[in-house]
Amino acid sequence: MTAPMGTERRPPDAALGNDLVMRASDVSVEYAGPRPTRAVRDVSLELRRGEVLGIVGESGCGKSTLAYALTRMLRPPARMTGGVIEYFDRDGSAVDLGSLGGEELRAFRWEKISMVFQSAMNALNPVTGIGSQMEDVFRTHRPGMDRSARRARCAELLEMVGIDPRRLRSYPHELSGGMRQRVVIAMALALEPQIVVMDEPTTALDVLVQREILDEIERLRAQLGFSVVFITHDLALLLEISDRLAVMYAGRFVEYAPAEQVAGAARHPYTRGLLRSFPDLRGERREMRGVPGSPPDLRHTLTGCPFAPRCESVFEPCHTVAPRLLAPAGSWPVACHLHDRRFAVAQTDGDGR
Amino acid sequence: MSALTVTDLTVDYHQRGGGRLRAVDGLSFELEPGQTLALVGESGSGKSTVVRTLSRFVKPSSGRIALGGDAAQDAARRGRRAERRAYHKTLQLVFQDPFASLNPMHTVAHHLRRPLLLHGDHRRGAQLEAAVLDLLRSVNLTPAQDVARKHPHELSGGQRQRVAIARALATNPKVLLADEPVSMLDVSIRLEILGLLDRLKRDRDLALLYVTHDLATARHFSSQIMVMYRGEVVERGPSDRVILYPAHPYTQMLAAAAPDPARTRAQSAEARAQRIARRDGHGAERRESALDGGCRFRSRCPFAMDVCATRPPDLPTAEAGHVARCWLLEPRPTGASGAAS
Repeated sequence: MTAPMGTERRPPDAALGNDLVMRASDVSVEYAGPRPTRAVRDVSLELRRGEVLGIVGESGCGKSTLAYALTRMLRPPARMTGGVIEYFDRDGSAVDLGSLGGEELRAFRWEKISMVFQSAMNALNPVTGIGSQMEDVFRTHRPGMDRSARRARCAELLEMVGIDPRRLRSYPHELSGGMRQRVVIAMALALEPQIVVMDEPTTALDVLVQREILDEIERLRAQLGFSVVFITHDLALLLEISDRLAVMYAGRFVEYAPAEQVAGAARHPYTRGLLRSFPDLRGERREMRGVPGSPPDLRHTLTGCPFAPRCESVFEPCHTVAPRLLAPAGSWPVACHLHDRRFAVAQTDGDGR
Repeated sequence: MSALTVTDLTVDYHQRGGGRLRAVDGLSFELEPGQTLALVGESGSGKSTVVRTLSRFVKPSSGRIALGGDAAQDAARRGRRAERRAYHKTLQLVFQDPFASLNPMHTVAHHLRRPLLLHGDHRRGAQLEAAVLDLLRSVNLTPAQDVARKHPHELSGGQRQRVAIARALATNPKVLLADEPVSMLDVSIRLEILGLLDRLKRDRDLALLYVTHDLATARHFSSQIMVMYRGEVVERGPSDRVILYPAHPYTQMLAAAAPDPARTRAQSAEARAQRIARRDGHGAERRESALDGGCRFRSRCPFAMDVCATRPPDLPTAEAGHVARCWLLEPRPTGASGAAS
């Protein structure tokens, strides 16, 4: 893993307080309705400086809703019903995201935290040139900047993501999907934010272009030292690019682990199922199953473990007791009774790995 | 006897201003009953145009598409109408997006009754309803009675795609074209759907064309792979050979770009550094330049030589062998005139 350079230094001991750039505690989000959908349920996470945190899950697991909550972009009927999101600036000052309002919030977004959406390449205005759309960022956030400085900075940004600066005069339809996505990434990095939240940034792109963009993100991160929250359903991809990985199911984190160790030693049966869902390109041909069944309806109250109906290692307590995200000694947090000492007896005859 | 034979298929799209875009150029292949052929390529490679042309939504500029079997020949003798009916009965499609390919106003049963009435010699009544339920059971949608009454919005993406597959099977086809059948579905259920297609292929002796951009599933679910680039097949062969020992630089790049869970992080980081170094040498703009004459891949090719700019390489016609369209593999890559076979 390339160490982030730039201005930040990454202490070897991750427990140091000033290493954090964001902390979310017990975040819950609800979509209002006759039967409210509890899309995110008591999620806590810590984002360290310069790290890539991967969040993986099926559609409808709440991962995008979480991304919107982290950037405070939820709009009705979605509402954050609980939890605190704190942001720690480079100088050590802490900001409670919930307390920001109006102008403060506008200034905070993009400046400190920016977001790249799933089909961001379609978010560009088709009737305006790339250059003027990029300049808008500076017109809004850096009103003091003069025209030529803005132009120069935009050219620099395009160059940074591997696009010829002459393209500033192009319209979005004159660029390929991959190039448009690069433009959007360049815009997200325009004000050198410390956190970039990316929600499926490469899903709509071809394999080779996807690979190019991921390489680009990785290179820029090493150069500029920002942190990334990377959200996708593609676990194979996350294993490769993220430092830590959160597996989300039915609105909760069910496993929260160092990415390198998940591939070989995933603890939650769902994570293991996801890992099995990818045929290995060069490995032996083998019987492949994926994870049969479908996730629960988040409008209902869930009793017991939400994954129990699809779980291959299901045993007695799963139907009645909801597992909590607990870290067994010498391990990472996992929400599964198989790894809970209270049910240790049952664990031996279950599939206890 | 192959179920479908495609010979020298060429498809042009007319563009504004009288220009032409050759989307598919001289494509030939055969589909065998009980076998899966994977057609792999990026968007813009022409793979969807192949599917559209085979399903007769698009007219080819030249080339021949012939269904195997006596039934097709009989129908052809009975005139164009009969031929068209027989064609669509024999060749069926599964689309990419199960959210768009089912009509939200109609029940699942309605979707399956239609092809049964049109092509299946069924009359309305108990026998038709039984055929609908049989179809649902054959794609593991149970309890069939309940599913038949539902509307698409009551089903998950995977269930919808199963309905789409059941609908394709209703005419009892011999050839099934699956255009990215799982790319819109959740990762956790993709393998189930592909496994289902695989089982149906074996049980019904279907000739399956699996169109995808995903090399890993192409390898695991097909016996042969064709790799397409800008309208041409650049490599074809038995799937293990093509993926494990790719011959064409493009296939090599595709294989290298696929995420590989078996790789360690150090290996991934090294591979990334190599890719970035190679791309920096190329320059951003050159990658998108359009070209005429010569090899279509040369602007992205790390091994481009002089000959690549002057003449296009040929795809050797080896029966069931592993072949690639590249000057690197020619015995005399620099011999200008006599090298083309």
